[in-house]
Amino acid sequence: MRALACAAVLTLVLAPAFAQQKSQFADYQKATAESSPAELFELVGEELWKKRQGPKNASLEQCDLGKGPGVLKGAHAALPRYFKDVERVMDTETRLLHCMMTLQGRSREEALKRPFGNANQPSEMEYLSAYVAGQSRGYKLSPGMTHPREKESYALGKKVFQLRTGLWDFSCISCHGEEGKRIRMSELPVLSDPKAVRPLMATWPAYRVSNATFKTMQWRINNCYRQMRTPEPVFGSEVVNALNMYLTATARGEPYRGPGTKR
Amino acid sequence: MAGPMKMRATLAAGYTDVRVLMTHPMATEQQTKGQPHFIQNLTVKVNGKAVIEGQISQAVSRNPVFSFRLKGGAKGDRIEVSWLDNKGDSNKTETAVA
Repeated sequence: MRALACAAVLTLVLAPAFAQQKSQFADYQKATAESSPAELFELVGEELWKKRQGPKNASLEQCDLGKGPGVLKGAHAALPRYFKDVERVMDTETRLLHCMMTLQGRSREEALKRPFGNANQPSEMEYLSAYVAGQSRGYKLSPGMTHPREKESYALGKKVFQLRTGLWDFSCISCHGEEGKRIRMSELPVLSDPKAVRPLMATWPAYRVSNATFKTMQWRINNCYRQMRTPEPVFGSEVVNALNMYLTATARGEPYRGPGTKR
Repeated sequence: MAGPMKMRATLAAGYTDVRVLMTHPMATEQQTKGQPHFIQNLTVKVNGKAVIEGQISQAVSRNPVFSFRLKGGAKGDRIEVSWLDNKGDSNKTETAVA
């Protein structure tokens, strides 16, 4: 047995330090990204992927995420895309929901009882999303962009991105349309600019340090709408998939390196 | 039941970097109105020998991440990290230095 003299340095993930300047905030983000517990969510997600449940007592292992039943490698990076069996465009979470309903025989209501969890109890969808996304690390983002329905989805997403709506007459562009804007310490990226979108889409879904939760893209879009004071979009709806398609297509070519870590 | 842990141990020039993730609510006295739930003891063992005995408090975040730098080490050394919380729950994970 080797005797090891040890110098131990404990690196604790503590509450955010006050970051006054852009550079400090960037440092903080880098530090959190290097010590992210996102991987723990992937581990639980893998268990849920293999867990038999629902009226059909089946697992999700035969779920076809676009690369064939049960093929996970690179699947998330190639979504959203058109699925012939349902004749519509679906992103990862929408497809997972579809598999819960078809393979496991669960009702939409039951499967969506808790789409978004909290720190004490993350949701099944969040765990699964972490696992599935993690299987695409290193794959370039390449959503479907050839089928007419995929082109329609992209065009709809682009239109919805610019559409002013709600009590405050906000569109996505109101916050994400020009450089240099932020909400508190969160810089707001210009989401029509590939340079800004690439690193973002490459790291969603993500662990959010400030409230110790794992967040999905569906949550991100819904929460933007909530902040815009509009009703939240329906889970897996055409509009959400279209926005996701628009953003992912804008970021295409970027190697996926998530699940990431956010402030 | 305690949630998953994950650890990586890699050999560098003259030292071993260990990074370990653990699932734990790390709930404070104030959050729980007197029912705190947090990891108290942290033990790092190398080939069965304890090299770090750490005591931590409620001040550490939920799902904590720790990294240690151990002097020396060799490929294949077994690193074990375990924790014990104030309610008596515990968990551990083991990995070989790569």
